[in-house]
Parts: sequence; structure tokens; C-alpha cells
Amino acid sequence: MAAAEACVGQVVLPGDVLLLPAHPDEDGERLRLGGGAAPRGRLLCGPGLRRCAAGLLVTKCGLLRHRQTGGGAAAGGAYWVDSQQKRYVPVKGDHVIGVVTAKAGDVFKLDVGGSEQASLSYLAFEGATKRNRPNVQVGDLIYGQFLVANKDMEPEMVCIDSSGRSNGMGIIGQDGFLIKVSLGLIRKLLAPKSEIIQELSQLYPFELVLGMNGRIWVKAKTVQQTLIIVNILEACEYMTAEQRKQALAKFSGN
Amino acid sequence: MAGEKEKVVAAAGGCCLRPFSCEQGLLSRPDGSAAFLQGDTSVLAGLYGPAEVKGSKELPDRAVLEVLLRPKVGLPGVIERSREQLLRQTCEAVVLGVLHPRTAITLVLQVLSDAGSLLSCCINAACMGLLDAGLPLSSLFCGVTCALDPNGAIILDPTTRQEQEARAILTFAIDSPERKVLMTTTKGSCSVEEGPCFPP
Repeated sequence: MAAAEACVGQVVLPGDVLLLPAHPDEDGERLRLGGGAAPRGRLLCGPGLRRCAAGLLVTKCGLLRHRQTGGGAAAGGAYWVDSQQKRYVPVKGDHVIGVVTAKAGDVFKLDVGGSEQASLSYLAFEGATKRNRPNVQVGDLIYGQFLVANKDMEPEMVCIDSSGRSNGMGIIGQDGFLIKVSLGLIRKLLAPKSEIIQELSQLYPFELVLGMNGRIWVKAKTVQQTLIIVNILEACEYMTAEQRKQALAKFSGN
Repeated sequence: MAGEKEKVVAAAGGCCLRPFSCEQGLLSRPDGSAAFLQGDTSVLAGLYGPAEVKGSKELPDRAVLEVLLRPKVGLPGVIERSREQLLRQTCEAVVLGVLHPRTAITLVLQVLSDAGSLLSCCINAACMGLLDAGLPLSSLFCGVTCALDPNGAIILDPTTRQEQEARAILTFAIDSPERKVLMTTTKGSCSVEEGPCFPP
């Protein structure tokens, strides 16, 4: 057992128990009297962690991360485990790329890489009405957001935000190239001011759609340029920053 | 190799493991994969899940765990089936299946070479595979095989020859935080007093 704060940035393994500063080792039987106790910040338990009697139980291996959320109370903030994983589990609010596998009446079935196919109503597109149906065919790629993602229910997707605008979501065009990478790489690419994206954008212009389910859709001016981007992105999984810069320098020459 | 090991073991009073190693994420198709080597015994594990359930095995409250043990040659027989059962029960104790109800977790173990202590190698490969797949686990676990030779001495991680000569072979699966026994199986006969292998 170790204090959660001391383990931030370090590798944790399933079965490790992280002690929280809010629960000092002294006996918990004693009641704290008076309002003198510091207002405890809300503790958020992110992916790879569970609450247990002693503190936080680690359930995945990876690096422990922590983010302070407002306030400044010692116990507050969010803890999570940054792990490398290939299989996607739907999470509410995540933007993903799905492949249409079936058209069943008024809903489409989408393969998003999870354990179950997601459903998407034909009315969940911008400007769609009962008469004006979106033109969706089996095999099309759709970029959408999870409205319902619950372990006990079928996940449900939409291609509009709460104000009814598409906001970039919808059917992805016919051409382009779809690849599948690990979820860790996707998170790295989606991080604000991602180095990889910034370096790639200096090569030549291209379109990129990143789905939290590990799918990337790329389209550049020519097929050759598209494939170059695809190969670099796939290789990023195993390259260090230094190797990546060398590889990119090769392409930026011509 | 075998002669060397016997020398080392004699020096350590019988309590010595063969050198072991592990490689994770070596297969591209499964969600998690691991190869585990214990001496000349090696097992390759591939893990799929949480994935769609095939057929009517779906459970409403937790994930279905399926273990497939493939022998080096031929089709799986009765021994493989019995080991699959043991491995499944061990993994079920550790995997937090309630977090992924109505899904299936499939663990495929391929024996690459058997030079003794195969079941413990399978257990170790399974744990490393689960870890690589990023499935929620309540703890880690490991497997160890012990052989009781005719004189009553304990040999850890026995080779095939030592297994053949042994009076009894015991395999344990032990979890990481409290070192509790998750699974135990015996082949051969030994008395209760001879079972000091149980961790304190």
C-alpha cells in the first residue's frame, strides 16, 4: 500500500491499493468534531481504479495520473490509470467512428469495435425529418457521439449535438482511408497541441478524423499522400519522438 | 541444460525456478497477447474481449469467460479440458467480470513446447495476457508447480523427467496482494503433512 499522491506518474499494477490523504492511517473510528475540517474536494475515480475500504484499488496496469479539479483541497481531483489497450468499451460522450452494418427500420446498426453494435436513429442527423431521411448505406463510415453508453444497455449514437447541429459529425465521405490503432495512441493524438499532429500538419494538408474507439480516417490530396500519413500514424505506436522526427524529415525533403 | 539445472537446484536445496521470461503484445490481432517461457516450457496466450457473445452463453450480470487450451499437436483431449476448467476458475476469481456484463472474454492458450510444469506456465501466460488486454483485474496471480520426489523433498518448477520420477505433483495459483491460494491441483498422492507448500 502506498499513498496515492506518491504514486502519481509511476507504474501501478492490478491489486495495488492506493491510500487517500483524506483517510489518514489513524483509526477511522474517531469522529471529527466541529466544522473545522477542511472542505473535502470531490474525488473522481477514473478508468482503472475502484473504491475499496482502504482507498483506491487499481484494476489495470499503467501509469497513475492525477488532475486537481478546482479548489485546492488535498483529497480532491481525479485519479486514473493511463493504460495501453486495444479493445474499446463505449463511454458516454465519446466521439467514435462506426461502420454501418445493417439498416433495421428506423435505426442503423453500427460497428464501433465494442462488445455490442451501437444503434443510430435516422432522425439523429442534422436536418433529418420523417420525410427527409439521410442517405446512409451499409458499409458507410459515420462519425458520431455516444448518447447512451451503459454496460447493461445497447449503446446509442447520435450525429447531432444538443442544439440539433451536426458540429462536424455525420457520414464520412466515400474516399479516404480507415486504420485501426491502439486506444493509447488515439488519446495521445487527441491531446491538446499533440506533437504528432502538429508535425504531420507541416508535411502537406490532409483531413483527419479521430475516433476514441481507435479508428482513424485519413484523406489527403492523392492516394500516395494518404498512405504516407497512414503509415506514419501506424508507426507512431512504436516510434520514439526522436525516430518520428527523423522519419518526418525524410518526407518533408521532397 | 538439464544437468546444469540439477546442479543449481542441488545447491539451492531443491527450491529453484528455471529461468523464465515473458513477452507481451506480440500478436497483432487479439486484444491482448503474451508468451511465457519457463525453462524449455513455453505457452502463447491470446486474449479477446470484452467481445460479443456467441450463442446462448450470455450472462446478464457478468462476462462469460472462456478458456481454450490447444496442445502442441492434435486436438484438445480430456486433460486439456480439465486444465481449461482449472484455468477458467482461476481467471474468474480475478477478472472483474461484473464490469462488462453480457460480453465474452476468450482466452486461447497455445502450448508451444512442454518441458514440465505446463499448467503453471499456462497460468502465468494467462495472467500476462489479461494484463496486456487491459481487462479489469482485482489482483495479479501466478502459478507454480512443485514435485515431491520419492524421498519427500520438494522440487519447484520440475522438468518433464522430474515430473515422471515424482511421487506427487502439486500446482498452485497464488494471487498478488495477500498471496492467497486461488487454485490448487494434485497429481499423485501425498499426505497432509507433506503439503507445506501452502504459503503462510
